[in-house]
Amino acid sequence: MMARTLLAASTLSLPHVNYTAIMPELIALGGSLLLLAVAAVTPRRLPTTVYAAMTSGIGIASLVASLVLYHDVRQGGAFVAIAHSIDVDGFSVLVMTLASCVLILTPMLAAGFFEREGLGGCEYYALACISVGGAMLMGAANDLVLIFLALEVLSIPLYVMAGLDYRREGSGEAALKYFLLGAFSSAIFVYGIALVYGATGSTNLGEIAAFLAHNVLVANGVLYGGMALLIVGFGFKVAAVPFHMWTPDVYQGSPTPAVGFMASIAKVGGFAAFLRVFISTLPTLSQTWKPVLWVIVIITVLLGAIAALVQRDVKRMLAYSSINHAGFILLGLQAATAKGATGSLYYLFAYSLLILGSFGVIAVVGGRGDTGHSIERYRGLARRSPLLAGAFALLLLAQAGAPFTTGFFAKLYVVEAAVAAHSYALAAVAMVSAAIAAFFYLRVVFVMFADTRLAEAPAGDAALVQAAGAPAVSAVGASGSGVFEPAVAGGGGVLLAEAPVRLEEETATPEASATGEEIRDGAVSAWTWSGLILTVGATVVFGIWPQPLVDFAQHAHLLF
Amino acid sequence: MPLHALTALVLAARTHAGLAGPANTAPFPFLNTLILVPAAAALVILFVPKKQTALIRAIGLVAAIGVLGIAAAVLDQFKTSTAGYQLVETHPFASGLGISWTVGVDGVSLFLMLMVAVLFPIALAGATEKENTKAFTVWVLIAEVGCMGSFLSLDLLLFFLFFELTLIPVYFLIVGWGRERRGPAATKFFLYTFAASAFLLVGILSLAFIHAGQSGVTTFDVIQLAHTHLSGTADVVLFLAFTAAFAVKAPMFPFHTWSPDAYATSPAGGVVVLAAVMAKLGTYGIVRFDLSLFPHAVVVLAPLLLSLGVAGIIYGGIVAAAQRDLGRLMAYSSLAHMGFIILGAFALTGEALSGAVLQMVNHGLYTAALFLLIAMIYRRWGTTDVRHLGGLQRKAPMMAAVFTLVMLASIGVPGLNGFIGEFLILAGTFLTHRWWAIVALVGVVLAAVYLLWAYQQVFHGPPAKAAAAPAPGAGRPFRELTVAEGLVMAPLVVLIVFLGVYPQPVLARITPTVDRIINQVEAAAHPHIPALGRASLSAAVTPASERHDHGFVLHAVLASHAIVGAGRPGAGTAPVQGRIPTKVASR
Repeated sequence: MMARTLLAASTLSLPHVNYTAIMPELIALGGSLLLLAVAAVTPRRLPTTVYAAMTSGIGIASLVASLVLYHDVRQGGAFVAIAHSIDVDGFSVLVMTLASCVLILTPMLAAGFFEREGLGGCEYYALACISVGGAMLMGAANDLVLIFLALEVLSIPLYVMAGLDYRREGSGEAALKYFLLGAFSSAIFVYGIALVYGATGSTNLGEIAAFLAHNVLVANGVLYGGMALLIVGFGFKVAAVPFHMWTPDVYQGSPTPAVGFMASIAKVGGFAAFLRVFISTLPTLSQTWKPVLWVIVIITVLLGAIAALVQRDVKRMLAYSSINHAGFILLGLQAATAKGATGSLYYLFAYSLLILGSFGVIAVVGGRGDTGHSIERYRGLARRSPLLAGAFALLLLAQAGAPFTTGFFAKLYVVEAAVAAHSYALAAVAMVSAAIAAFFYLRVVFVMFADTRLAEAPAGDAALVQAAGAPAVSAVGASGSGVFEPAVAGGGGVLLAEAPVRLEEETATPEASATGEEIRDGAVSAWTWSGLILTVGATVVFGIWPQPLVDFAQHAHLLF
Repeated sequence: MPLHALTALVLAARTHAGLAGPANTAPFPFLNTLILVPAAAALVILFVPKKQTALIRAIGLVAAIGVLGIAAAVLDQFKTSTAGYQLVETHPFASGLGISWTVGVDGVSLFLMLMVAVLFPIALAGATEKENTKAFTVWVLIAEVGCMGSFLSLDLLLFFLFFELTLIPVYFLIVGWGRERRGPAATKFFLYTFAASAFLLVGILSLAFIHAGQSGVTTFDVIQLAHTHLSGTADVVLFLAFTAAFAVKAPMFPFHTWSPDAYATSPAGGVVVLAAVMAKLGTYGIVRFDLSLFPHAVVVLAPLLLSLGVAGIIYGGIVAAAQRDLGRLMAYSSLAHMGFIILGAFALTGEALSGAVLQMVNHGLYTAALFLLIAMIYRRWGTTDVRHLGGLQRKAPMMAAVFTLVMLASIGVPGLNGFIGEFLILAGTFLTHRWWAIVALVGVVLAAVYLLWAYQQVFHGPPAKAAAAPAPGAGRPFRELTVAEGLVMAPLVVLIVFLGVYPQPVLARITPTVDRIINQVEAAAHPHIPALGRASLSAAVTPASERHDHGFVLHAVLASHAIVGAGRPGAGTAPVQGRIPTKVASR
C-alpha cells in the first residue's frame, strides 16, 4: 500500500509486467536462488546428485512454461510485453524451449563428473540456471539495452564456471582468459549499442526497424560503425572467426562438463540475439552486412575445419569443430531470410544436444583429474566400453552431418536457406568444409574402433593424417599455424614430423595405463547414461523421423 | 466423340500409367518393406546379446532372404511393358524442408534392386569374419538399407540421404574387419565420397530452388524436377555437380584413386557391398538423374564423358595387368567395367543404355563372385598376392572351375552374362560414336589378358613358385571349396549362366524405361544434337515398325545374334509407351 502511494507520488511510471511472458526466465533465475537457498539451509552438505536432480526439475518446469507460452503464441499470435522490451513470438519461445532442454540435460551429464572430482556443491547448477535465464532473455529481448543485460547474465556465470576446477591451473587460466576477452567484447558491444542509438534515436528494436524503414540516413557512418561493433560483440560470443581466439584455450582449460554447457548455451543465447537484431531489426541494411557476414562465414567454416585437423587434444579439436558449426549457423543468418533464421535455430537445436552429449562422453573418458584428453586415450575405447564409444561415434558422425541424424538435417536446413538466397558459392564452401571436418571426426572414430592389437594401427593412423589429410592440411596448416594456432607450437608446420612423434607416444605407455585407470561401461554413472540416452536418442529419432522437429522449427517466426 | 477429347483422355490415362499416378500405387507397401525389413532386423540384433552369434547370423540371414522374397514379389508385380515408375508410395517425411518419402521402381531400378536383394544374403552368408559377428551383421544390414533406399528413392534428397548412409556401414566394415593398412584406405574412401557428395547436395538444392522459382513449389521429386527449365550454363554446372558425386562413387576415371586401396583392404562381406553394389549407385545416379534432369548438358558433354569412360577402360585394363594383388587387380578391372557402363550411358542409344543397365547387374554378380573367391583364397593362405600363390588347381579343382567360369563371365565370353551387356553397349555406341566403340573394344582384349594371366599365376604354374615365396599361411593345406562356400557361390554361378543364356526377360523389362529416358533426352535436346548422333537418336523415336527394321539391320551387321532381337518382345509396344512422358515433358 505504501509502495503504491510512493509510486503514485513519483513521476516514475512503471510498466505493466506480464509475468507469463517471462515465466521461463523467472523459473530459471528463481531456480538458481532456490538452489542457493537449499544449499544454505541444509545442515549437511547434500550430495551433488540432489542438486543435479533439482536443476533438471527446474529445467522441466521452465520447459513446461515455454511450451505453454508456445501454445499461447500459436493460439493468440505474437505480442510484445513489458514496455515493448520483451518479444513473445515463435522465435523466442523456441529459444526458451531449447534453453530449457539444455538446462535439463546439463546436470545429467555433469553430476557424474563433479561426484568423481569431489567438486560437490550447488555452485555449478546455480550458475547454469542463471546462464540459461540469460540465454532465454537474449532470445526474447526487444531492446538493445536488455540484450546487453541478458548477455552479461548469460556470460558472467560462464566465466565462473570456467574456473570452477580451482585445483587445476588450466581452469583458472581459462577463466581469466575468458573473462578478460569477454569483458572486452562486452565493452565493444555496448559501444556498438551507443552508436546505433546515436544514429537512430532508440534502443528499442522495433523502433529502430521502423526508423530505418522510414528514413534514409544521409551520413550513415555512425550506424555502420555501430553495426560493425555489434557484429564484433556477437561474433565473440558465438566464436566466429576472427573473434574466436579464446575458444580453444578456454575449452581446453575449463572443466569438461562446463565446456559442453558453455559451448551450447553461449551459442544459443548469442545467436538468438544475433538473428533477431540483424534479421528483424536491420533487414534494410542487409546489403551492407551480408557481404561482411559472407566473409566471416567462409573463414569461420574453413578455419574451424582445417585447424581442427592438427589437434591431438580432443577438447581442442571439438573447440575448433564448434567454430565450424558456428560458421554453419551463421550461414542461416547470412541468408537474411525467415527460412535462414529457422534453419539457424534448428541447427542450434541439433548442435546443442550433440555438443552436450559429446562433452558428456569426454568428461567420462578424461578420467580423474580431468586431464586425459589426448586422442591416444581413446585408442581401443570400443573394446573397453563399447556403449560409450558407440555413443561418442554416433555423436561425432552426427556432427559430421551423417544422414538420418539431426546433424544432417541441420546442415541441410541452413544450406537450403543459403541456396534459396542464391549464395551458391557459400553453400558449396560450407559443404566442403563439412567434408574436411568429417576427417577429424572419423579419426577419433577410427582410433576408438580400430583393433589396438594390430601393429599397423598407429602407423596407419599417422599415415592417414598425411595421406588423406591431403593438400589442404599441409598447405593451410603449415602456413596458418603461426597465425591461429600459437598454443600448439607449430602444430601444422611439423605435420610431416607427425610419424616420429607418434612413435614416441606409442613407446611411452598410453595415459590410460599410466594412471592405472580403465574406463568401463559399468563404471559410468546412471546420470551420465540418462543424459547420453536422451541426447543420442533425440539425435537419432529426429534424424530418422524428422517431421516433428522440422515442423516445430517452422514456427520460429520472428515478430517482424 | 471428338478426336481431341479422345486424345486427351488417352493422354491422361497414359500420364497416369507413365508417371507416378494412383493407377500404379502399390497394393501392399512392397518397396517400403524392402527398406524397413533390414533396418528392423538391425535394430533387433542390437538387443541380442553379443555371445549369441548363431542367433545373430540367423536373424541377419532370415531378414536378408526375406528381402529377397519381397523383391521377388515386386518382380512379379512389375508390369513388363510399362516405362514409368511403378508401385509408387509417398509419405510425408520432412515436408517443412520439402522432402517426401517417395519410393518407386522402374525398369532401370528393378534389377538393381533385385541385385541388392540377391547379393546381401550372399554377403552375409559368405562372410567369414568370426570376430564381433553382431556388429558385422548390423553394419551389413544397414548397408542394405542404404543401397535399397538409394535405388528406390524418387525424391532427390531422400536419395541423397540413403546415398550418404551407405558410406557409414562400409567405413566401419573396412575399419573393423579389414586387412592390413585399412585405416588410410577407409578414411580415403570416406572422405573422397563425402567431399564429392557436398557438390551433389548443393546441386540438388540449387536445382530445387530454380524449380521453385519457376513453379512456386519446393519439391525434390525427380519427376517434377525434370520439368525445370535450365539455362545452358546452369544445366552444365548442375550436371557437373551431380556427376562429380556419381563419378567418385562409381568410380569413374580419373576419380578412382580411392578404390584400389579400399577394395584390397575390405573384408569379404564389405567388398561385396562396396564393389558389387555401392559402385552401381554411381552409375545408377548417372542414368537416373543426369540423363533425365540435364538432357542438354548430357548431349553437350557426352563426348567428354565417353572419352573418360574409354580412358577408364584402357587405363584400368593396362594397370590391372600390372597388379600383383588380386584385390587391386579387381579394383582396376572394375574401373574398366565401369568405363563400359559410362560408355553405354552416354552413347544415348537405346541399345547402349539397356546394355549399361544390364551390365550394372552383371558386373555386380560376377564381381561379387570373384571377390568372394579371392576372400576364400585369402582365408586359406592369408594372402592375395599372386607371387605367393600358384598351382592351386591341383589342390582345389572345384574352386578353380568356379573361378574359371566367373572369370570368363568377367572377360565377356558369349554364353555368360558379361557378354550381353558389353555387346549391347559396344553395339549401341558404335551407332553414334564409332571411334569410341572401336577403342573400347581394345578393353575387352585387355580384360582377357589380365584375368587369364591372374588365373594362370594363381591356379596353374608350378607349386614350386609358391614354395619359393611362401605365403604367410602356406604351411596350412589348401582346402577345396567347402559345402558352405559352394552353397554361397551356387546362386551367383546359376545367375551368371542364366543371364548369359536367357537375358530376354530382363531386357524386356529394362527396354521400355530405357526408351523413355532416351526419348526424353532426345526431345529435350534435339536442337543441339550433333549431326552424327541425330540419325540414331531419331531412330529411337521412330514408329515401332521402322524401329524394328533398324534393329534388324544392326543385328545383321554386327553379330546376327538372337539375343537382342528376342530381348525386345516389347518392341512393338515399348516405343508407344516410351513416348508418353516425352509428350508430357514437351507440353
